[in-house]
Amino acid sequence: MIKENLYAISALFDTPDSIMKAADNISTEYKRFDVNTPYPVHGMDDAMKLTPSRIGYFTISIGLFCMSFMLYFMYWSNSVDYPQVIGGKPFFAFPAYVPIMFEITILTGAVLSVAMMISVLFKFPNNAHPLHDSGYMKAVSSDKYGIYVEAKDSNFDYSKLEKQFKELGASSVSPIYYDEEEVDWKPNTWDPKFVIGTIGIAILTSFSVYMHMNKVLFMVPFDWMMNQERADYGETSEFFADGYSMRVAPVGTIARGFIPYQYDSPDSASKYMTNPTVASEHNLELGQRKFLTYCSPCHGNMAEGASRLKGNMPPGPDLRTEFYQNFTDGRFYHTITKGKGIMAGYESQITREERWAIINYIRTLQKAFGTPVVKTEEEIAENSETKTEASE
Amino acid sequence: MGASITVEYVKKALPSGLIKWSSIGLIVGLALVIFSATMDMQRLAFSSLLGYMFVMSIAMGALFFIALDHITGSIWSTPFRRIAEILTNAIWLAPIMAAPILYNIFLEMGGHGMFDMYHWTHDAVVAADPFLSQKAPYLNESSFIFRTVLIWVLMIIFKFILVGNSYKQDKTFNHKTNKVNAAFSAIFMAVFAVSITLTAIDFMMSLEPHWFSTIFGIYYFAGTFACIVAMITLIAVNFNEKGLMIEGINKDHYYSLGGWMFAFTTFWMYIAFSQFMLIWYANIPEETFWYMPRMEGTWAYLSIALIFIKFLVPFGLSIQRPSKTNPKRLKLVAMWIIGAHIYDIWWVSYPTYSHLKETHSPFFGWQELGFVLFAISAVFFVFAIAAKNKNIVPIGDAKMERAINFHL
Ligand code: HEC
Repeated sequence: MIKENLYAISALFDTPDSIMKAADNISTEYKRFDVNTPYPVHGMDDAMKLTPSRIGYFTISIGLFCMSFMLYFMYWSNSVDYPQVIGGKPFFAFPAYVPIMFEITILTGAVLSVAMMISVLFKFPNNAHPLHDSGYMKAVSSDKYGIYVEAKDSNFDYSKLEKQFKELGASSVSPIYYDEEEVDWKPNTWDPKFVIGTIGIAILTSFSVYMHMNKVLFMVPFDWMMNQERADYGETSEFFADGYSMRVAPVGTIARGFIPYQYDSPDSASKYMTNPTVASEHNLELGQRKFLTYCSPCHGNMAEGASRLKGNMPPGPDLRTEFYQNFTDGRFYHTITKGKGIMAGYESQITREERWAIINYIRTLQKAFGTPVVKTEEEIAENSETKTEASE
Repeated sequence: MGASITVEYVKKALPSGLIKWSSIGLIVGLALVIFSATMDMQRLAFSSLLGYMFVMSIAMGALFFIALDHITGSIWSTPFRRIAEILTNAIWLAPIMAAPILYNIFLEMGGHGMFDMYHWTHDAVVAADPFLSQKAPYLNESSFIFRTVLIWVLMIIFKFILVGNSYKQDKTFNHKTNKVNAAFSAIFMAVFAVSITLTAIDFMMSLEPHWFSTIFGIYYFAGTFACIVAMITLIAVNFNEKGLMIEGINKDHYYSLGGWMFAFTTFWMYIAFSQFMLIWYANIPEETFWYMPRMEGTWAYLSIALIFIKFLVPFGLSIQRPSKTNPKRLKLVAMWIIGAHIYDIWWVSYPTYSHLKETHSPFFGWQELGFVLFAISAVFFVFAIAAKNKNIVPIGDAKMERAINFHL
């Protein structure tokens, strides 16, 4: 055997008392040693003179970090990106987040501590250790109490340690060697076996998640979430007298902070309403987005009246012509809100701000593509006078 | 069987300060209590609620600690069990503490209550209120008094069995006693669970008889257990520093005591938050109205303070490992937790008093301080008297030898 291949000297003891004595003795002189026992021996920390572990600080830091991230994520998703009132609670419903924060702290604290142990301390993907497969390991995992001192320890001296262990009452003392291939082992993340294994696990997980979410959840008896004893919209109800399971708000109900649309003819809308928005870049972008979504199927992408509906419906008119250039914003607004002829109203789909933005966008298209309309000074003045009257 | 002396223990005199300071506190406290009784009986009754719930926490909590030690056969807690056993004498104080409340309820039976405290004691109100008349079979004066006295009697019976056996064991060294006590402890556990729940419901929850929370008994229990462990820790650490405990109490024992305080501080928060969150989430008026006054005006700050006082401060003070073995820190945390428990009881019960006074501002004055001082000193005083001729550790216990060699 070559000297470099020696990993440690190990000794086996028969009783917990003798291993305590040995640990106490060895720990005064050596740093790189460890004790292995079949069960936790009370008081061993003191005998080995271990300082309190600092892993707790790692665990709490990572736990609190992930908790803060989770809190931010919940804030962002529930009150910034997709604000939605749930159960009458505020968008930032802190008490409801607390259980999640609590669980996340514990989950990430525990899982990432273990992950750190495996990756940093055990140098994952390495999964070998000189103690594996040794007689020593077999003995300490059944009925013996073992201690070993690593050859790397600065005070290491084989024959001296052998004597010391014997004096402490060891029932056997033996050297532990590295396996040949372990000596020069370097972690290799791109080891084909490891890579294939990882990919395999990824595929398996994705597949099973896919099956669960798309198939299993819809199969008897796992579909109890999907098929519940409740009224779905459009179903007839035996409970309500009118037979509808979908309920309507009582007549005259107005949502908080919402003033209902109050004009019943294009003329009054045209007379009393002014566009409260400014055609800023942001506003026009919004208008474009909404126009392309809601209006372009009939009126064409550039409001040129080119329908994509392949004759299933009469196409909407070209909105850039002089006729529509003379429309007031209020009149446009009324059409979008209430519809015209075959064109449906968009009151419930498009918000007010979006409606005005669409109008600004249509105006831009008119300027860019329409035949220019020349207005006289008086006309402009007259127009603005009526508006000021209306807004007063 | 094992009739041999296995541990060395010498009984030493109690520290003189204990009896001196507790009697001074007792006299001052009593003077304040009597003075406040002459001024305002209603306020006295409310402040006595603080004293009563605290004393019951000590008395019932101590019995629970003892039963837990027997039933689990735990090793580390055995040297401290005697302190809990002596603390069970606090049960004798319960009738004194509850006297103002019970006397008034007794008078209400004849319809002539001196003051207004429990809404459900007024017959006219109950008759007019469908909720209260539904609850009347449980919530009426005679059954309230009956339950309260029954709980005292049960506690006293179990005190005589569990504690008496343990005292006897000091002389007989009979190891079979442990088995007998374990069996009685098992019965006690069931009795305890019901008793502490009913105590919490009767005295604190029924202040707002319309309100109900199914977790309320556990809420009080969480505070109770933190409080009793804190009390035991406070006494044990002080005694150990003066050499009154047995040789062999080491930092692993301390760690276990500190661990319990830490655990039940957290457990209290868990329960308190569960209660709050479920009520907040369901948002049903008949449940939320209990929290509403506690979230308005000054009470809102006091409620936030509760989170700090009862949870964050003791949690922060004892989360690190060394802080659970440091005697100074342990004493500090223990005193803090006892105070926090009383603050918690105050927070639960006093909004009702503010409500009766038709104001939103809280009441805390010398009347309350006086009664709390009275109750705490009384507990220490009774402890000092009872501990005079008793060993401070159960030397006859079969587990003692292993207990003093306890290592984590
Ligand atoms: C289902 C196809 C369809 C969609 C989608 C549609 N329109 Fe129309 N629109 C029409 C038709 C058809 C007319 C002609 C109606 C008529 O004159 O009876 C029309 C007419 C109009 C008019 C002229 C109304 C008038 O008073 O003469 C305006 C302005 C208009 N649409 C704007 C829009 C805007 C803005 C959108 C997007 C929010 C939109 N339309 C979406 C089909 C559509």
